[in-house]
Amino acid sequence: MNTNKPQILLSIESALVRLGIGGLFLFETIIIIVLPPYSLKSLIKQVAFIGARSLSVIVIAGLFVGMVIALQFHDTLVRFGSVSLLGSAVGLSLIRELGPVLTALMITGRAGSAMCAEIGIMRVDNQIDALECMAIDPYRYLFAPRILAGIICVPILTTIFILVGIFGGYFVGVVLFGVNPGSYFQGMSDTVLNRDLFMGFSKSLVFGLLIVWIACDKGFHLHLDKHGAFGSEGVSRITTEAVVLSSIAILFTDYLLSALIL
Amino acid sequence: MYDSNIKNIIEIEALNTRYKDKQILSDISLLVERKEIMVIMGHSGSGKSTLLRHMIGLDTPVSGSVKLFGKEITKLKKSNLYELRKHIGVAFQSGALFSSMTLQENVELPLHQHTKLDHSTIRIMSRLKLELMKLTDYEDLMPAELSGGMLKRAGLARAVIMDPKILFFDEPSAGLDPVTSAELDELILQLRNALNMTIVVVTHELESAFKIADRITVIDNGSQIITGDKEAIRKSTDPRIVNMLQRKAVNKNIDADGYLNKLTRN
Repeated sequence: MNTNKPQILLSIESALVRLGIGGLFLFETIIIIVLPPYSLKSLIKQVAFIGARSLSVIVIAGLFVGMVIALQFHDTLVRFGSVSLLGSAVGLSLIRELGPVLTALMITGRAGSAMCAEIGIMRVDNQIDALECMAIDPYRYLFAPRILAGIICVPILTTIFILVGIFGGYFVGVVLFGVNPGSYFQGMSDTVLNRDLFMGFSKSLVFGLLIVWIACDKGFHLHLDKHGAFGSEGVSRITTEAVVLSSIAILFTDYLLSALIL
Repeated sequence: MYDSNIKNIIEIEALNTRYKDKQILSDISLLVERKEIMVIMGHSGSGKSTLLRHMIGLDTPVSGSVKLFGKEITKLKKSNLYELRKHIGVAFQSGALFSSMTLQENVELPLHQHTKLDHSTIRIMSRLKLELMKLTDYEDLMPAELSGGMLKRAGLARAVIMDPKILFFDEPSAGLDPVTSAELDELILQLRNALNMTIVVVTHELESAFKIADRITVIDNGSQIITGDKEAIRKSTDPRIVNMLQRKAVNKNIDADGYLNKLTRN
């Protein structure tokens, strides 16, 4: 160990090394995704895990988020006498920001954490070594279907979140507060541009990749944990780290992509 | 592709490995002949499981060579290493079964991944192996529902499902009652006799080792003390071997200053 370097430099160095390992992990998984053979069965299993099993939570979250946005915007817009803009306000905020970000955060909590813990336990219990010994590439068997499923499911779940949110907003604005239904939808279709849809879609795509990448990488490299914790403590630590890191990465990338596209 | 008729199916030469500053294995050299049962013995922490991990290419040594079927595995490309591993089976200490799959799915996994056999053929093949391990009645259970001995037998069934030329078994007797442990020893002998496998077993159980071994290697503190047949081990005058055979605790000379330092260090 080089003791001449100050602690801060050592920390930066180890963070960069870890980032490099994570980058190589993603690179190798993407190469595997592109190259045959493809396993449709394991992809479907992961789509069911990340997608289908997250559906109820996404629908409930989308509904209430749409309702609360309509509630807040209605209260604000009434003060300016522009209630007719309610539809555009709800639509734009859901499509550009809240839909992709909140969906990604929900999937991180529901599927990302479970995935990280599962792979971490596989590492602790030698199951990953067992895969290697059976000549089964963990990148192909475990990670490729998960990453692909993340990229497929998160945009679809985001779309569902947005649609349900728009319906929730409609319920509060039109049914409860009596806003004209025509102006709710007309306002939305007038102001939402293709660029907004592109922004929402590209964000959800990137978030899908980020969530699964971080969860799988953290679990797979549990033994590289700098605190040296293995066993159940190690699994709990990396799962927490994966959720925190994913959430920060999602919020950071959200700003970055917004700034790039706007 | 791999010459399984080669005389020395495993060749290890001058193997050295260390973790951080600690030397784990020093200068290990070992030849395992075809159809031989080689037992690697040593007390906990002696480095025997690390040696096993090097033999199957899960760890890379600092120096030295490890050859399986005459191929240097430390220098093999990932794809070639996977190809070679299709001819070996590894049974882990804990079984290392996939907890999300039933016993049968676990055993069938290598066949599904590496062969194009149809589902019913795979089922018959997995039942053959499960029957050999007396596990057919439990094929639909999840690993969490199995006892320790069953988990080991299930791990063994999965390890031999592809009829490997070499079988590695990590601690078959650890944590098992004497009867179950004896049953596993019988199974290991059966596998060698019926399927002509070369078997490497890592264990610290004397009785089990002497029952199954053709030759025994004893490792202590990462160093190879002796490799020889059972008679050679029994006749050895090395105090570490004598202590091991007589199940005596090792009396290391106590360094008073070192002992005090250990107690008072921060």
